Amino acid sequence: MTDAVASAPGADTRKSARFLYVSAVVFLCAWVLVPIYFLLINTLSSPETVTSFPKPFLPEFDMGSLTFFAGFAGILTALKNSVVVAGMTMVMSIVIGAPAGYALSRFEFRGKGLFRLLILLTRAFPLPLLALPLAVLFIRTGLDDTAFGLAIVHTTLAIPFAVLITFSLFSGIPIELEEAAWTLGCTRLTAFTKVVLPLILPGIAASAIFAFVISWNEVFAAAVLTIENRTLTAFLLQNLDTSPLHLKFAGGFILVVPALIFIFAVRKYLFAMWGIANR
Amino acid sequence: MAEIQIKNVAKIFGAYQALHDINLTIADQEFMVLLGASGCGKSTLLRIIAGLETATTGEVWIGGRRIDHLSPKDRGIAMVFQNYAVFPHLTVFENIGFGLRMQKLPNDEVTRRVEKTATLMHIEQLLKRYSGELSGGQRQRVAVARALAMEPDVILMDEPLSNLDALLRMEMRAELKGVLADSKTTAIYVTHDQVEAMSMADRISVMHQGKIIQAAAPIEVYRNPSAEFVASFIGNPPMNFLPARPAGAGRWTVAGQTFDGPQADRAALQFAIRPEDMQPAEQGLTALAKVVEPLGAHLLVTCEVEGKLFRVILDSDMKVRPGETLTLAPQPDRIRWFDPETTLAVA
Ligand SMILES: Nc1ncnc2c1ncn2[C@@H]1O[C@H](COP(=O)(O)OP(=O)(O)OP(=O)(O)O)[C@@H](O)[C@H]1O
Ligand SMILES: [Mg+2]
Repeated sequence: MTDAVASAPGADTRKSARFLYVSAVVFLCAWVLVPIYFLLINTLSSPETVTSFPKPFLPEFDMGSLTFFAGFAGILTALKNSVVVAGMTMVMSIVIGAPAGYALSRFEFRGKGLFRLLILLTRAFPLPLLALPLAVLFIRTGLDDTAFGLAIVHTTLAIPFAVLITFSLFSGIPIELEEAAWTLGCTRLTAFTKVVLPLILPGIAASAIFAFVISWNEVFAAAVLTIENRTLTAFLLQNLDTSPLHLKFAGGFILVVPALIFIFAVRKYLFAMWGIANR
Repeated sequence: MAEIQIKNVAKIFGAYQALHDINLTIADQEFMVLLGASGCGKSTLLRIIAGLETATTGEVWIGGRRIDHLSPKDRGIAMVFQNYAVFPHLTVFENIGFGLRMQKLPNDEVTRRVEKTATLMHIEQLLKRYSGELSGGQRQRVAVARALAMEPDVILMDEPLSNLDALLRMEMRAELKGVLADSKTTAIYVTHDQVEAMSMADRISVMHQGKIIQAAAPIEVYRNPSAEFVASFIGNPPMNFLPARPAGAGRWTVAGQTFDGPQADRAALQFAIRPEDMQPAEQGLTALAKVVEPLGAHLLVTCEVEGKLFRVILDSDMKVRPGETLTLAPQPDRIRWFDPETTLAVA
């Protein structure tokens, strides 16, 4: 009897908490998925359907808009530029970010907490503020309108994530493994290459892909700093402005899909970055 | 020859002094156990010998060579870690052979030594597995085999059995002792388990708050503790203490009884006796039984003597009820005396 009385309010709060949880999940999913779904439908619809109302909820599989892009002049060069810039960003952010992540997880030094905060704060600095001085500086040094120049800017955007992801990867590897390697005849360097590196390689690959995506998606710096060597985002932004609606949808779709695939592939490590255990 | 000498080693972490002026010599092929409560500095001392930690002051010598400035790989040591530290990305074979490969030994020599140590540790059928496919006890064996395969001068072990269940621990204890004796290496073994220490050690160093209180053979540490701390740390239950007043001519009054004691010119001493070193008798200390615990092999009775906690181990056939008064006669040659000011033993 007393049991039932005691448990009733408990069950009630648990039920409402669960309801809140489920509705929050549904809301967040809808927030992300509904626009992507409309993007998909409109991409695969004929131009007439795109402008008509109400919209169908199933795609028509009209490939017209997509095939248009395949033949669009300059799109292949832009695609190549995007891949080159993203590739460089990927390499540079890992080469610079991973050692910083290692140092953060393995060494005690003065100002460590501040350093971690500063890494995050670089993301709070608005890029448009930097764009003009950067453009001037790049023109002076001859870096403007080059893939390398843009990759440098993208690297600064990607590094905070590279540092945080690799920091959590290195922290997940017990220091005893390295110590055991030292006592078994390794130097600090060989212990790293023979023990730590093989263990974190998948994670490093993931954070590299994440850096790739950051560069791939970035449009502002790309639009400001390149003219001839436009990346795909900047190229589409420039050209779609004046295009019909159905082509805008298709262009957006082309940009979103690779990023989504990449992010999905590395989701486990992104959770790790925020310290969320995922199973 | 791998005698270890630790000379005036001290370690300070920031504002905390973890080790105070440690001096210890460990003979070639000796099995030395560092025993002490959690946080007393055992691991710190071991890690200083291994080179994983640097001493703030002092020197470490192995086999007549000063090694405290060398990196771990150049010290001729191998270490077994508490959490095993078996490399998860390598097979058991490659784990055991890791150090040999780092020495660039030829393939057939690596194979020979891996197979030899694996057989010694009874894991020869696991050589192709990864650490994720092993039980805790098997991982432990891999860790020991990996250290032994190096054929080191000195093997260092930091609580290697503490993650195993009680039965396995007892089994591994005996096995490790045998394997290490055969390997002829000098061993330092850290534990906070006194049974492990008593059963395995040639010598035990009892540590307390960053100091070595006593370093002696297990039975010596048990029978003749050099300080009150050792007496109250070793033994389960530990020694009983009662205050003693001088009664003249080397006699001391304890709880209304007089005993022969040291010829010391002191106002007070601590009388100490182990719980199993007393018998019920006509004449002796008057003890009021409080709690009676039949433990099968014997009977543990917790009493009060003049308001002080006093434990006695009696034969399991004895009938004792709480509230009863016992008269206990201490075995005269097992009585020990301590100075209450210095807490050191008085002969
Ligand atoms: N890196 C460090 N920084 C600061 N203090 C430390 C550090 N390592 C150890 N200490 C301190 O030094 C003391 C001794 O530590 P140590 O690890 O040697 O203890 P222990 O005897 O091995 O204990 P346990 O049985 O729990 O392993 C502890 O008080 C610990 O807090
Ligand atoms: Mg320890």
